[in-house]
Amino acid sequence: MSKMNMIQALNSAMDNMMERDANVLAFGEDAGYFGGVFRVTAGLQEKYGLDRCFDAPINEAAIVAMAIGMAANGLKPVAEIQFSDYIFPGFDQIVSELSRLRYRTAGTFTAPVVIRTPSGGGIRGGQTHSMSPEAFFTHIPGIQVVMPSNPYDAKGLLIAAIESPDPVIFFEPKRLYNGPFDGGAGKALEAWGKHPKGEVPEDHYTLPIGKADVVREGSAMTIVTYGTLVHVALAAAEQSGIDAEIIDLRTLIPYDIETIAASVNKTGRCIVAQEAPRTSGFGAELAAQIQEDCFFALEAPIKRVTGWDTPYPHAHEWSYFPGPKRFINAMREVLEA
Amino acid sequence: MAHTDPRFHVPAPHVRPGDTPDFSHIEIPPAGTARRPDVSIAGSETLDLALGLVRVLDHNHQAVGEWDPKLEPEIMREGLRHMVLTRVYDERMQKLQRQGKMSFYMKSMGEEAVAVAAAMALEKTDMVFPSYRQQGILFARGRDIVDMMCHCISNSRDNLKGRQLPVHYTWAEGDFFSISGNLTTQFPQAVGYAMACQFKGESRITASWIGDGSSAEGDFHGALVLASTYRAPVILNIVNNQWAISTFQGMAAGASETFALKGIGYGLASLRIDGNDFLAVYAATKWAAERARAGHGATVIESYTYRADAHSTSDDPSGYRPKGEADAWPLGDPVERLKNHLIGLGEWDEERHAALEKELDQLVIASYKEAETFGTLHDGPLSPVQTMFEDVYAEPDWRLRRQRRDLGV
Repeated sequence: MSKMNMIQALNSAMDNMMERDANVLAFGEDAGYFGGVFRVTAGLQEKYGLDRCFDAPINEAAIVAMAIGMAANGLKPVAEIQFSDYIFPGFDQIVSELSRLRYRTAGTFTAPVVIRTPSGGGIRGGQTHSMSPEAFFTHIPGIQVVMPSNPYDAKGLLIAAIESPDPVIFFEPKRLYNGPFDGGAGKALEAWGKHPKGEVPEDHYTLPIGKADVVREGSAMTIVTYGTLVHVALAAAEQSGIDAEIIDLRTLIPYDIETIAASVNKTGRCIVAQEAPRTSGFGAELAAQIQEDCFFALEAPIKRVTGWDTPYPHAHEWSYFPGPKRFINAMREVLEA
Repeated sequence: MAHTDPRFHVPAPHVRPGDTPDFSHIEIPPAGTARRPDVSIAGSETLDLALGLVRVLDHNHQAVGEWDPKLEPEIMREGLRHMVLTRVYDERMQKLQRQGKMSFYMKSMGEEAVAVAAAMALEKTDMVFPSYRQQGILFARGRDIVDMMCHCISNSRDNLKGRQLPVHYTWAEGDFFSISGNLTTQFPQAVGYAMACQFKGESRITASWIGDGSSAEGDFHGALVLASTYRAPVILNIVNNQWAISTFQGMAAGASETFALKGIGYGLASLRIDGNDFLAVYAATKWAAERARAGHGATVIESYTYRADAHSTSDDPSGYRPKGEADAWPLGDPVERLKNHLIGLGEWDEERHAALEKELDQLVIASYKEAETFGTLHDGPLSPVQTMFEDVYAEPDWRLRRQRRDLGV
């Protein structure tokens, strides 16, 4: 075991997999020599060579397409899109090609690509360095969508993603790269070193894709969320004294309906939370499915805590980002309903 | 017609329906005049070839010049057979679509050489990333015709289980990649696949085909950047058949004199070739393949040809171009030209040609009869309906298992 932040844990996952499997490649803009703008691929080019970890031209569609072609020929590409805000030029390749290759060829061609991409706000990133575009991807049959919330999960899930026979979009909440963040704007950065999930095995291990984690057991309500908001929800439970059960989804597609339903059937109340804008966000899918599966257990309407239906603002970041206050208000409403 | 002069330039073809077909503005260099450089030539030094036109068969149907691949008659007869089969198959499938036996079809009339000659010049294990109009590759590689038809009528033997529109073939065993409806997406994928071939130490290369219209897509740029940056062993073909549905090639070419010229800016070897000249397509593909295999990188090839028939069974070209344009096309017909070349060599004759057409027509008819025994789109049997939920993922997750149950299968 070592103390690792999320960047180090992800780097360790890449290192483990590149060591184990000579077909694992890492590439993206600035991902090679420089080791990535967030340092996730640092040292890999030096260790594994120029053709295992390399820089790519600034063309997200080409990066995804290159990965598809390589994967179709048996390699295991882990492509990096520098910010999830910039994944859209590659959207056609992801939606029309990557996600459907297995289906449209009846399994005779597959492209088990992993696309890593930093996402989420809380870093004064403005409109194009803060987005949480996961709902665009959860709507695509044929790809898995994963988002860890801590170093331990990040490594185990990234290794699982690389080993998955299916394409995976792997969102990395960049707000959590260097430490947990509970939504307290202006607070000094906490380090992962003091957090139990900052203890990460150096060797290979995996966490199952499709399995959620109950990070706080409780009886008053269920909060289903993922990424940075897991920490915000934990802080809200702490600050409010409301005994919420908090589920870190970890995998958005396929999401762990069993764990969610068991919890909601126990608590009878539910909040779903996401940083992304509300309308047609992933929370809408969760709320609809929970309503369908847990209708007779529900004692209150399912509440959504989300970003607003606006582009992500710069100056008004802390009025946009769903912090602990918004959680606590929602929790009270759900309790009183 | 426009009421005022346009305020910005909108390119338009020289002629429209009702006009007389006119290709007098097209310059056709004589066969045999293009030089054939060493395959190690720097891409930037191929400018003359990107602006010229590599042609081997002259107006007397003789093979001339440095690009003559000097093929054995047996190989040319094989090529002729694949091209005739492609044409006969297309004709029959179009008829069957008209009879309501298929939802959709796309012919490759006039472009048979582009696919067949290229496929024959490649190794059979080179991975091809075609668009939807290179069915000739399948014949050249010997795919079973019944299998092709079963795909087109989505029956119980369709290797794609009824999931794809007709003509969107996939044939993994034949190293024929999956055809997608999304244009140009396969172009940069072919580069990635080629890089993987190099990475694994394979001698295989890849080739991809797009149309003139599709070269306007962003993936065209992406493919050329990747191919150039990583010096990938790939052949990037632009089939300039003059038409992208109803829009003439100038809509994608803009002010660029040729499509091959676009490759020069990326530092890629670029050739413009007579796409109706079987020997030119064969020779250029061989050259590009040799270049790729020797590690000199990618080649862009513009095949200059003409889409002799409608875009698809859903299209009526009389709405946007003059009738008889295909007959006026100055590069003629690829089947006729190779046939006449072989006749000139004393290696073929009209009687044998007529017999070949008859033989292949009967083969196609018999194949369709056999294909129908595995079902048709309208009357079944189809692939079992529960297979609709398979292959979305390696294993269906709970959502797909539930949805299959909801459908009651």
